[in-house]
Amino acid sequence: MTAAAAVQPVLAAGAVGDFFEYAVRGIPFGCVYALLAVGLVLNYKTSGVFNLAFAAQAYASAAVFYVVRKEHEWALVPAALLSIVVVGAALGFLLDYALYRHQRTASPLAKLVTSLGLLVAMPEMVKLALGPGVKANPPPLWTVRRTDDFLWRVGGSRFVLDAGQIATVLATVFVVIGLTLLFRRTALGLQMRAVVESPRLLRLQGVDTDRVAVVSWILSSMLAALVGVLLAPLFAQLTSLDFFTLLVAAIAACVVGNLTSISGAFLGGLALGILQAELAGFLPTDSVVANGLRPSLPFVVLFALLLIRQSVRSARTVTDPLAGVDPPPDPPPADIRPAWMTTATRAFAVVVIVAGFALCAWVFDDYWVGLIAAGVCLAVVMLSIVLTTGVGGTISLCQCTFAAIGALATAQLTQHDVPVLVAMVGGAAVAAAVGAVLGFPVIRLPGIYAALATLAFALFFEGVLINLSWVSGGDTPLRVPRPTVLGTSFLADRPFLVLAAAVFAVAGVAVIALREGTTGRFLDAVRTSDTAASSVGINPARTRLVVFVLGAGLAGLGGGLVASFSGQANYSQSFTFFIGLVWLVLVITAGSRSVQAAIISGISFFVFPALLDRLFTWPVNFVDTNPGAPPWLLDIMGFFKPEWAQGVAFVLFGLGALTYAKHPEGIIAAQTSASIRRTVRFVERRRPAATSPSNGLDLEAPA
Amino acid sequence: MAAAPVLELAGVDAGYGVFHALFGLDLRVEPGEAVALVGTNGAGKTTVARVASGLLTPTAGTVSVDGVDLTGRPAQDFARAGVVHAPEGRSVFASLSVEENLLLPFRRQFGRAGVADALARAYELFPRVGERRNQLAGTLSGGEQRMLTLARALVLEPRLLIADELSLGLAPVITAEVYDVLARVRDAGTALLVVEQHVDHALALASRVVVCAHGQVVAGGATDEVDLSTVFATAGMPDDGGEAIR
Repeated sequence: MTAAAAVQPVLAAGAVGDFFEYAVRGIPFGCVYALLAVGLVLNYKTSGVFNLAFAAQAYASAAVFYVVRKEHEWALVPAALLSIVVVGAALGFLLDYALYRHQRTASPLAKLVTSLGLLVAMPEMVKLALGPGVKANPPPLWTVRRTDDFLWRVGGSRFVLDAGQIATVLATVFVVIGLTLLFRRTALGLQMRAVVESPRLLRLQGVDTDRVAVVSWILSSMLAALVGVLLAPLFAQLTSLDFFTLLVAAIAACVVGNLTSISGAFLGGLALGILQAELAGFLPTDSVVANGLRPSLPFVVLFALLLIRQSVRSARTVTDPLAGVDPPPDPPPADIRPAWMTTATRAFAVVVIVAGFALCAWVFDDYWVGLIAAGVCLAVVMLSIVLTTGVGGTISLCQCTFAAIGALATAQLTQHDVPVLVAMVGGAAVAAAVGAVLGFPVIRLPGIYAALATLAFALFFEGVLINLSWVSGGDTPLRVPRPTVLGTSFLADRPFLVLAAAVFAVAGVAVIALREGTTGRFLDAVRTSDTAASSVGINPARTRLVVFVLGAGLAGLGGGLVASFSGQANYSQSFTFFIGLVWLVLVITAGSRSVQAAIISGISFFVFPALLDRLFTWPVNFVDTNPGAPPWLLDIMGFFKPEWAQGVAFVLFGLGALTYAKHPEGIIAAQTSASIRRTVRFVERRRPAATSPSNGLDLEAPA
Repeated sequence: MAAAPVLELAGVDAGYGVFHALFGLDLRVEPGEAVALVGTNGAGKTTVARVASGLLTPTAGTVSVDGVDLTGRPAQDFARAGVVHAPEGRSVFASLSVEENLLLPFRRQFGRAGVADALARAYELFPRVGERRNQLAGTLSGGEQRMLTLARALVLEPRLLIADELSLGLAPVITAEVYDVLARVRDAGTALLVVEQHVDHALALASRVVVCAHGQVVAGGATDEVDLSTVFATAGMPDDGGEAIR
């Protein structure tokens, strides 16, 4: 009895001591999240861009720091100055000058798309510029000793921080205090907060908005560089993916501060880091809960915040009161196309389709037919992006995840002797069910939050769920056979291409019917204004949810098709978050509302890198086969490397998204409109007597 | 030799993308003069105001302030030349506090030292605005947002004040007060370009009326000389001096 009483306080003291020890351990990680989050908030607050490419900017500077410090062995200070101050500032200036200056009054979603394009293109550019080699053991920015070397020299302490952690904590505190003072106390800070809401209104006050914006971009970009260089040593290797994975936690921290509060983001990040360390400390290490919960904590916290925080769900995007100065968007091509040309266009489409099949049947060899068939399978997934994002108006960054779920479910079902085609439908149903569960909270969120929530889900799936064997089916990808229906075999590529094309055609017609039908009209109304749509009796949440679930199902079906064609449900090869970003960027660039865009982007995803591969292989072959050529020619030819192809393709895909700001309807629609106008002008010139078709656009001056 | 007009639009064409709003419009405002710009909805009044403050760049013609050609220059150059534009509708920074909304222009115009005095004058003009100085401007009522816009514009004592539908959403009593303040500002030497549906208020304030229709100036003259019914008939407006709208 007495012994027990004596033990009790000791245990309690131990628990409290543990609590603080874990908290101290969590603080540096919390500061990592906080730094990233503060950078995102700074960007969003001053430019309206939720700059997901912040992670890519951080990676770029970290890579520069790695190369000059480790490979060229520069001293610390010049290396840090170059990678943080010079590269950071130059990148910020360039981003503003070349891109964001021209979309200052664009919608937050248009800006998000631009940043997605950069997120895709920038890491590939870095790899092309600095070499693709593995960058192991990134060098630290800070070379001070551990705390126990100078603080607790005698006896040591449980509260140990190493040099990198001290640097992170100090940098975070410095950045948070500095930015808070900037926004609270200075005229520049006030102007930075104002410019994002309405650059025009700010110009009316005599402020040079371009100068304010470029300063804020330089500032946030230098912060990204600092974050990159500070965080790189956390990982054994310098890869862009690690930075992306940190985004979930950073986004959760941003949501704590409603995306605009610096101190909120800081506290959110800190709390998340500490919570994670406490869970790691107190939960038994071998329990299922601990192993599952710890890595998924940022995701769980983010979703909890999105669900329970009233301020998030009621967040209204602040609109520019002077938006009326902008010219109205161009009308879609169908509205300016004369009737005779519609017939001509449709006839031309039939010719293209027939010619495409003929080429695949008799002209292209097996290699290219295989790529095209893979592209048509993927086009079904692309179609789900058209449905969800273009028609439904929800920017979903997790269509790749739905495709993966469809593929994995198809694979699992075929293991149980379900016929492949039936299994694909089953996979679609599973993906749709997951879409319903995820969509229920997500589609109620304002646009930017919905995009972030889907991004978080994709990263969560990639970071946590895919590692569970009941999801992925183990370490080796599950095999998926190709179908045989009623004695017709689709085992070869050419028959499979026909099958995939048939699936795409059915799905495409369904998407067009939905887009042009009542649901499509409802969605147009909802996209324009929730409030206005509600006032005429449309339920915005239900309409959006229906389309989100259908989109998830369609992605699942496409995923099953992709898996069946490639013979296996291979997540890391076919469906990763990064590949999904490339898909989204491709579809949005081509035209997020058009079925043609889905098929074109699906095929180009495979064919374009293959073409580039041919292009870059040709000089190498030339060098091999023509050793007698002049040395300067051999030098030039030897400069090209075949392994550039995939990287260059991704860079070009990513940069393509930058056209979105100018042509939100997509380059296909933009080109179509332009060619219709040209043709109409040409025909009118040929037939001067004919009455000019009035398109009702140019309002004539009164007589 | 007469001083250059504080604002001169010469042969201005302007519009929004494929939509043309102004067709060769000419307009002059002399220093210290108060001009009322009237016309039906869609006549192009607001576009005139936007061109005059540099928000919209004309596709043809020139815009000069105090004889200096500012065509194609950004709006901040117009503001620095002394043109203050109170746009129609909500025109405050919703995510800034009331006081921060005022600080933005006051810091530039009066420097750090003069800010406190300028704020005091603004709150004296509209005590309601002063009561809510720490509130987010977006949470103000529509009328209070107009007061905030006006407080900002009036305290700056510009060379030219362009007021677009400024009585919209204000109670009649407040409208009357606002026009009293505008008269004082005019007497202190500020030129005024008033775009207004409440034609009687505008005409009482202005010394000259300009009538706009279909993107062109169709009539005009000194308010005490022109025959208002002819003017309104030309503009396609009801012939009751704005009675129908009140």
